[in-house]
Amino acid sequence: MGKKITIEPVTRVEGHGKVTIHLDENNNVTQSRLHIVEFRGFERFVQGRPYWEAPVLVQRLCGICPVSHHLAAAKALDVIVGVGPKDLTPTGDKMRRLMHYGQVFQSHSLHFFHLAAADLLFGYDSDPASRNVVGVIKEFPELAVQGVMMRKFGQEIIKATAGKKVHGTGAIPGGINKNLTIEERDSFLNGPDPMNIDKMIEWSVGAVQLFKDYHAEHAEFIDNFAHFPSNHLSIVREDGALDLYDGLIRCVDSEGNIVLDKIDNQDYNKYIEEEVKDWSYMKFPYLKHLGKEKGWYRVGPLARLNTCDFIPTPLAQKEFEIYKAYTNGKPNNMCLHTHWARLIEILHCAELMKELLLDPDLQKDDLLAKGVKGNEGVGIIEAPRGTLFHHYSINEDDTIKMANLIVSTTNNNKPMNNSVNFVAKKLMNGQSEITEGMMNACEVAIRAYDPCLSCATHAMGKMPLEVKLYNHKDELIDEKMV
Amino acid sequence: MRKTLIYAFGNPGRQDDALGNELVEAIQLWIDDNNIQGVDCDSNYQLNIEDSELISHYDKVFFVDASMASIEDVTFTKVEPSDAKVEFSMHAVSPAFVVDLCKKMYPNSPEAYLVQIKGYQWDFMEAMTEKAHLNLQKAISLVKYKLLIDYKPITIS
Repeated sequence: MGKKITIEPVTRVEGHGKVTIHLDENNNVTQSRLHIVEFRGFERFVQGRPYWEAPVLVQRLCGICPVSHHLAAAKALDVIVGVGPKDLTPTGDKMRRLMHYGQVFQSHSLHFFHLAAADLLFGYDSDPASRNVVGVIKEFPELAVQGVMMRKFGQEIIKATAGKKVHGTGAIPGGINKNLTIEERDSFLNGPDPMNIDKMIEWSVGAVQLFKDYHAEHAEFIDNFAHFPSNHLSIVREDGALDLYDGLIRCVDSEGNIVLDKIDNQDYNKYIEEEVKDWSYMKFPYLKHLGKEKGWYRVGPLARLNTCDFIPTPLAQKEFEIYKAYTNGKPNNMCLHTHWARLIEILHCAELMKELLLDPDLQKDDLLAKGVKGNEGVGIIEAPRGTLFHHYSINEDDTIKMANLIVSTTNNNKPMNNSVNFVAKKLMNGQSEITEGMMNACEVAIRAYDPCLSCATHAMGKMPLEVKLYNHKDELIDEKMV
Repeated sequence: MRKTLIYAFGNPGRQDDALGNELVEAIQLWIDDNNIQGVDCDSNYQLNIEDSELISHYDKVFFVDASMASIEDVTFTKVEPSDAKVEFSMHAVSPAFVVDLCKKMYPNSPEAYLVQIKGYQWDFMEAMTEKAHLNLQKAISLVKYKLLIDYKPITIS
């Protein structure tokens, strides 16, 4: 009889997931899956609420990336109030961008320094007792402090732009409700060491170098871990530049051929569909014209650096060129290179924050634009974990009629499953004993995507744990619910 | 002057999960009305690693959280630093973990306590339950009492 190994829960991942690996009688992997068990209810919850509440309401989805939901909802509602991305006032647009770059900066910093670094610094098969943030603090204290302070800097940027840490109200349909005071600006530009933007840029440069140094010594592992071809999707600026806040949808295949380009945000559902599978509550998005089998794609830092042509800040562009040269300009399909891409994005965000902090538009008072009201809108943003879609339509009484959210982790559902499968087959096939390191490798593969599972499933409550046991004939032989 | 932080965590959009956030707002008003110096209030969705740096600037910290557990209406316990359990999700950490991080990373770490307030419902709503409201009043009284031991208000209203 075949065996089934369950790795549960997936540690250091937001939310709750379960990995199942099916083995045959010879201990060869026949199937592995990342299961997300949760019901979807949030989209229904916002129905009937006044549309202008959405940017605040959606922050209830989870406490990890509330700013991304806040901004994606605001962008969708901009369209509903007749204000396109180019119609925002300079202050409105730039304040939102500063908020977003602060969010990406702090989120990426947390992920790298305190979640992923342990796997990289100690090795995925090292003692799990020290392969965590506590181990990082003990062995690499300066790095741990950098991570904390970079995270804090980003949080302070969010507070200054969104108004407060919890349920920020900064972005409103058509613009923003506050500007950045001179005192706030100066605290970020000239704050006491290390809380100033120049130190953040310096540390970001150092973080990219840290990865490059590590890669130089461990290239074989980094390059071959869950390396598989895929499509890559993100928004990019009209001229092809990396733009985390606004742009047109582009998708490239594993060889760099463009399979979708210059797609207006409002038309996303003409090109993207979501497949439902009976073993996961998280949907599987794919490009309609390529079909379910070939149309799935990755999102997030790796995808973004594959879809964009260049990065419009000098230090990040320099690193981008080194990064692209490693794959001879072709798309990078190496799962763990996501960390490299993420660090380049940290640097890019730090540079952008400085650029914005020096921009006098942030102190101006023209915060809101007005237009002719419609009844439907889509907002797309590049959240830290990847492309985030918010789509709303409203009733005549200004209440929300329909909401559809495709979050970053949902977009990465198929790639995460593929990564788990790749690692499981590579490391567990034919083994008579499953080691802790081998099991953790599956988790390392998932963690590279920095998934936010509660967010992906639009969590509203407790997540039940379901365990199913199958034999080699795929017959269910046991089932438990905890 | 000794510095104290009242630090709540919870999602105000999840009914009784807002208990901590509500307590902080009430205490902030009381501090302002009574001109009490040296006490700061803050709140967030959940505790994060950077909170270790935040608390390093204080002598005493009261973490405040809503609780789903079957506890008394309000509990007050000392937080002992602990890294014994690396949390399931390191996106959010416990008070004990934050205090432990603070001890390991910074020269100063505060005396820390956890105020847990029993909650009952956790749906996507901003309305707290009546029973939670009653518990909140008890918790507010408790925190005021604890603060009055350390701080004398300049005027009492």
